[in-house]
Amino acid sequence: MEQKTKIDAQEGKQELTITRVFNLPVELVYKAYTEAEYVAQWMGTTVLKLENKNHGSYAFETSHEGNVMFKANGTIHKLIPNQEIVRTFEMENMPIGVQLEFLNFEKINEDKSKLTIQIIYKSEKHRAEQLKLPFAYGLNMAHNGLQEILEPKI
Amino acid sequence: MKLRRDVFQAIADPTRRTIITLVAASAMTPSAIAENFDYSRQTISKHIQILTECELLKQEQKGREIYYELNLDGMKEIADFIEPFRQLWDDRFNTLEAVMKAQIHENKK
Repeated sequence: MEQKTKIDAQEGKQELTITRVFNLPVELVYKAYTEAEYVAQWMGTTVLKLENKNHGSYAFETSHEGNVMFKANGTIHKLIPNQEIVRTFEMENMPIGVQLEFLNFEKINEDKSKLTIQIIYKSEKHRAEQLKLPFAYGLNMAHNGLQEILEPKI
Repeated sequence: MKLRRDVFQAIADPTRRTIITLVAASAMTPSAIAENFDYSRQTISKHIQILTECELLKQEQKGREIYYELNLDGMKEIADFIEPFRQLWDDRFNTLEAVMKAQIHENKK
C-alpha cells in the first residue's frame, strides 16, 4: 500500500518536504490550518493566537498536568485561501531554531486534496536536530506500545 | 548486521530508552543524566557505557566535562531515522483528517 504521508529529506540539504494526500476537500484542509478551533483539535494544543492575515502571527502552547510541555510561535508571511501559506515556525527552548515553511494546498478532486509542506532550516545541523527528536520518541513508542505519548508537536 | 542487533539490545531496556530520549533533546553530562533516575550513578554509567558501545551515544569533551549526545553519524542513511518522523506526521495528519471529517458530518445534520 502506498504511504499517505511522505518525507523527502535529502542528504546534505537543510530542507525537507512533507507530502500528504487527504480524503478531504482542499477547503477543509486549509481550514484545519487556519481556524483555531480545528488547529487545537488536531494538534492537541491550545491556540493562544492565530492571526490569519499577511504579516500576522500565531502562538501555541501545550500543557500536561499544569506544566507547559511545549510552546511554539511564528509569523504568517502570506496567505492565499485554499492555496498557500508561507510562515515561520519556532519551537521555544529547542535547538532546532526558526524554520521557514511553504504550505501548498492542491485540489485533486471534490473530496481529495494534497498538502505539500516545504520546510527550510537554518542549517543541515538544525534539520538533524528536528529529525532526531521523534527518533527518540519513536523508540519509546515502539517499545512501550503506547498509543498516546507526550510528544513535542513539530 | 552486528551493529543492528546490538542497537536493538541497547534499546530493549526502558532506562536506556529514557536516556536516549533525554540526550536527544540536548547533550548532557553523566551526572545530569543520573539526576533523572533513582538508580545509583554507577548503574546509570553502565547504561551509558552500553549505549556508547552500540554507537547510539557519542562523547564530547567540553572543558572539564564530558557530554553525551545522540549519535546520528552511526546511522549511515538518513532513512534509518526518518521513519519515526514520518510516522509522527502520518499520525498527526490522520487526526487532522478525522477531525475535519467529523466536521463534514456535523454540517450534514
